[in-house]
Amino acid sequence: MSIEYERIVHIWKNPPNRGEMKDADVVAEGANPICGDKVKVFLKIKDGKVRDASFTGEGCAISIASASLLLDYLKGKKVGEIEKMDKEKVMELLELDLSKNPSRLKCALLPLMALKSKK
Amino acid sequence: MDVEKIRGDFPILERMVNGKKIAYLDNGATSQKPRQVIDSIVRYYSEYNANVHRGVHKLSEESTVAYEDARRKVAEFINASEDEIIFVKNASEALNLVMYSYGMKNMSHTSRITISIAEHHSNFVPWQVLAQKKKAKLEFLDVDAEGELAGLEDASGSDIVSLVHASNVLGTINDAQKICKVARDGGGISVIDGSQSIPHMPIDVKRMGCDFFAFTGHKMLAPTGIGVLYGKKELLEKMEPFLYGGDMIIEVKKESSKWNNLPYKFEAGTPNIEGAIGLGAAIDYLNRIGMEDIRKHEIELLSYALGKLKDEVTIYGPKDARKRTGLVAFNVPGVHAHDVATILDEDGVEIRSGHHCAQPLHDRLGLESSARASFYLYNTKEEVDRLVDGIKKVKRVFA
Repeated sequence: MSIEYERIVHIWKNPPNRGEMKDADVVAEGANPICGDKVKVFLKIKDGKVRDASFTGEGCAISIASASLLLDYLKGKKVGEIEKMDKEKVMELLELDLSKNPSRLKCALLPLMALKSKK
Repeated sequence: MDVEKIRGDFPILERMVNGKKIAYLDNGATSQKPRQVIDSIVRYYSEYNANVHRGVHKLSEESTVAYEDARRKVAEFINASEDEIIFVKNASEALNLVMYSYGMKNMSHTSRITISIAEHHSNFVPWQVLAQKKKAKLEFLDVDAEGELAGLEDASGSDIVSLVHASNVLGTINDAQKICKVARDGGGISVIDGSQSIPHMPIDVKRMGCDFFAFTGHKMLAPTGIGVLYGKKELLEKMEPFLYGGDMIIEVKKESSKWNNLPYKFEAGTPNIEGAIGLGAAIDYLNRIGMEDIRKHEIELLSYALGKLKDEVTIYGPKDARKRTGLVAFNVPGVHAHDVATILDEDGVEIRSGHHCAQPLHDRLGLESSARASFYLYNTKEEVDRLVDGIKKVKRVFA
């Protein structure tokens, strides 16, 4: 698994889409009290589509990489897409199989869960 | 102490994780169980399963004898008398018992309760809630730069002083005897959370001088779901029951009931019989090895680990292995503890990551989380080497 992990670490070091958005239409926050991961997701929405997305937060490599990749994926997609996303989709984006690693799956799902709770 | 022979008693240590032999270094969370403990439970269910303190038939007599025999073993293990040993499900329940049965009755808006910033949530949240309910003052002792308890004298005059014996994060062993003296001299009672001390060192509650001593069984080779509250008899006698129902009564009438004698007054309902029997077997096992020898073995392992780790990671708690139990919390700079634990797990090295149920301490240290390796009697230097190799791998992956 270390090889896939290296990809995650690579993203984590310089995660795309990191940064605060002042004029966001959606601001969603999530936290995982067990490990102290915290993430805040910002979306700019126009005509029912995600026009821009960013996040801020602190956490493990998996949670940060997940936020980064999730927002990359959502850009240009319909807002309704968020509801349709599930853990399989997040693992696919991360290229990591966390099905036998439920505690780390939680880290991976944190950004998506934050967005879903906002709906 | 023959560690290889000891390892042979623990079937789980043969397990492979991700194709590697397991190096189980999460004993602070729970210990593994020797065959002798597992067998004692199997024997109970195969040969004499029956409810205790009820029937007069053979099986019930046997299970009652075994359950009470476990109580005697616990009492001897900590130098208490049998009627001062209350079986509960874990340390949290033991501390809640003190909080409800002693605290709710005796605390008021003029009372002071002292705990420390290094408490496990089990010895933190109950007192926080008690202080809120009774509008009492809750005070926190701090830890110094070495991770040792600071300003113990400030606890003087507190009505309840409830402190951890050995920290589950820093490893620091507090001077429980001194804590109890400060509490007593100031007119208060002392409560010691011994969950992380009793698996690793000899305990003598009389010498310690504590009013209450709480611990859980599963960190000391026993099954989960069994714990113990020791309480001084004169205090327990004055306290009201914590839970009401079966077995805790002598007589029940329509209008009112009479409570049973100690310790049964505090053991409502059918207890965890298999758990108590398992705990008794665990104590037999620990006694056979010897607590002094276990302590020596852990000091040796920890010294070895601290020496190897000090150049690789940031270590929390005292630098001197003699001041701490056999655990070490650390962080690999710049890497989240969960990532450290996941990469170690790939090589079968099992450690804990997170805040270890000690969030206020992590806040105090300015940490989101930490990784923790915790040793026990069956761990070896070779396993410490695998831990260190794993940490080097983490650094390569995150380089």
